[in-house]
Amino acid sequence: MLHDFTSQFWANTVDGLTVGSIYALVALGYTMVYGVLRLINFAHSEIFMIGTFGGLTLIQVVGFDGGPYGGFALVGILVACLAASMLASGGAAVVLERVAYRPLRKKGASRLAALISAIGASLFLQELFATVVIPKFFGDGRGRDPIHVPDLLEKKVLFSIGSGEVRNDKLLIFVAAIVMMVILNRFVNGSKLGRGIRATAQDPETAVLLGVNIDRVVVVTFLVGGLMAGAAGFFFALLYQQTMFNIGFILGIKAFTAAVLGGIGNLRGALVGGFTLGLIENYGGSIFGSEWKDVIAFTLLVVILLFRPTGILGESLQQARA
Amino acid sequence: MRFTSALALGAVMALGAAACGSGDDSGGGDKLTIAYVGVQTGDNSPELGINISNGVKLAIDQYNATNPSKKVDFKIYDTKGDPAVAPGQVQKAIDDNVTAVVGPVFSGESKATVPSLEEAEIPNISPSATASALGKNNWKFWHRVISNDDAQGQVDGDFLTKTLAAKKIFVIDDNQEYSVGLADKVFATVSAAGVTPQRDKIDPKATDYSSTVNKVKSAKPDAIFFGGYYNGGDKLLKQLRDAGVTAKFLSDDGALDQKLVDGAGAKQAEGALLSCACQSINPSASNPAVAKFIADYKAKFSKEQGTYSAEGYDAATAFLNAFKAGKTSPKDVNDYLKTVNFQGVAKPIKFEANGEISVKTIYMFQVVNGKLKFLGDAATVKPE
Repeated sequence: MLHDFTSQFWANTVDGLTVGSIYALVALGYTMVYGVLRLINFAHSEIFMIGTFGGLTLIQVVGFDGGPYGGFALVGILVACLAASMLASGGAAVVLERVAYRPLRKKGASRLAALISAIGASLFLQELFATVVIPKFFGDGRGRDPIHVPDLLEKKVLFSIGSGEVRNDKLLIFVAAIVMMVILNRFVNGSKLGRGIRATAQDPETAVLLGVNIDRVVVVTFLVGGLMAGAAGFFFALLYQQTMFNIGFILGIKAFTAAVLGGIGNLRGALVGGFTLGLIENYGGSIFGSEWKDVIAFTLLVVILLFRPTGILGESLQQARA
Repeated sequence: MRFTSALALGAVMALGAAACGSGDDSGGGDKLTIAYVGVQTGDNSPELGINISNGVKLAIDQYNATNPSKKVDFKIYDTKGDPAVAPGQVQKAIDDNVTAVVGPVFSGESKATVPSLEEAEIPNISPSATASALGKNNWKFWHRVISNDDAQGQVDGDFLTKTLAAKKIFVIDDNQEYSVGLADKVFATVSAAGVTPQRDKIDPKATDYSSTVNKVKSAKPDAIFFGGYYNGGDKLLKQLRDAGVTAKFLSDDGALDQKLVDGAGAKQAEGALLSCACQSINPSASNPAVAKFIADYKAKFSKEQGTYSAEGYDAATAFLNAFKAGKTSPKDVNDYLKTVNFQGVAKPIKFEANGEISVKTIYMFQVVNGKLKFLGDAATVKPE
């Protein structure tokens, strides 16, 4: 119990930060859409799922499955697969907005209608992959089977911190997630489009009066969220080397939890929430047994929300602190 | 209207009861029927059910080809492997006055339907239901030609401490009814042998097992037992191997599937050991019936016999032997089963008083070059 916690503290820290990076990247999509539209995009978990398949499909179609690779070939293939995942997810997110949300928004439908639309889109995408896309690329009758992701890089331990072995894939995921966060933060705070996003989040009506193109802002928000989810999907596939049509379901719940934990609507909150959730899960699992992982994580969520109803960092996309 | 329909229903029921009564009196009538009760279609491994029903059909057709005084009918009752569908199908079989039942195929549907068969006094032999609890109900008409999960846990525990000579053992399960029972039995067996194992559980629907992997890494076991299904087992095995854990990995029939290798990766799954009460039968000089069975099956169904085909064949053969001995009422057949003792295709068929098979052999498989390979009797086998 407690002995496990102390003896495996660093190992669980490394793994908690790795999985936390993936949570954080997916949480960004929830948080940005919520910040701008006050809408929980429940189909975002499927955008993530599409991301896990983006790079995998490239591997399958182009034939990158002869790995593990080294040197420049490895870097090239990793970048290509990451780009494929991000494009697949980003594209899907834009289409999703166009098909499932914009018509409702134009008609001034209630947020609940958009929520139902989100759930419908989520189920549709899952079934689309289970019945059409996966059988097409990965063989008939495998639609609902787990799909194995071939080795791209040879997993090696780079260095150790106490009991924690830092493996190359885990380090890559952690660093890449941080870099993406920094770029995104710059984009939202520094660019003209970013200013539009913040303005819309703060007060949509005034933003329109001041000449912000809301439709464009919303599309960009979905696109950015989708790109991040795509990156998360690729990292997930790289780390666990397995995916399936409903892989987004549990991870989506976790990422949404991370977004709420950090303060939904807050970009840095997504990062803090993701890491916190990843760490707590692993620490909790090592103290009480792995079957209690989720119980501990969600208990913590309830406790934090009791004392800080808007999450650790608060809801603040609109206040430019993001 | 309501009154008259109730009356009509009552009359029909009375007729039905009378029909049943007369059927019982004549001891199954002038017709002998063996029913297959189990999955044929749906999501619950229908291939498994078809393997069994084909085995039964083969046995019956061979028997009928010998021109016995009474030919035997074969009927299929498709439960879809669903404990909610099974009771209706079993009731249909009872209403059809079948003489004997091969099935139910799975443990869940057995639990739900064997009491009805018991009440109707129809002898039944399951080729494949392994839940230990089934044997503890004092059922008089229930039998199985496969050893139960307790037997598997015992053998697996012995295998870990004796064959693999593991001094440190880690037991993991996926928190499902079948898996927990099996893992508990393994835990108790190795504890009794003087090894105190460590224990953890995973959620088969989750993806990240790092807290479990870290526990295993820090415990540095010689061997790991995983009680559970391939879905979950594959991810666990992969993450253990990727984290550099080289301990021997032993799992059970729930994980005995090529999908374990597909999901974990061929490199990661290599060498994994899987135990099962089922076996892959091999032709041998000591039992020429096996080669004949394999050839006949292939000739009849134009495909290879599969998991539990031999068990289905043996279960049907037990009933056919009773018919051969002139026992034609369900009750006489059931009494005959208490004395049945013959060398089946899969194993020697002889029942204990509670319906369990008396020879409780567990077999071992291993992943070799990315494919499942049958090693043989787990008590004597030496893994590569």
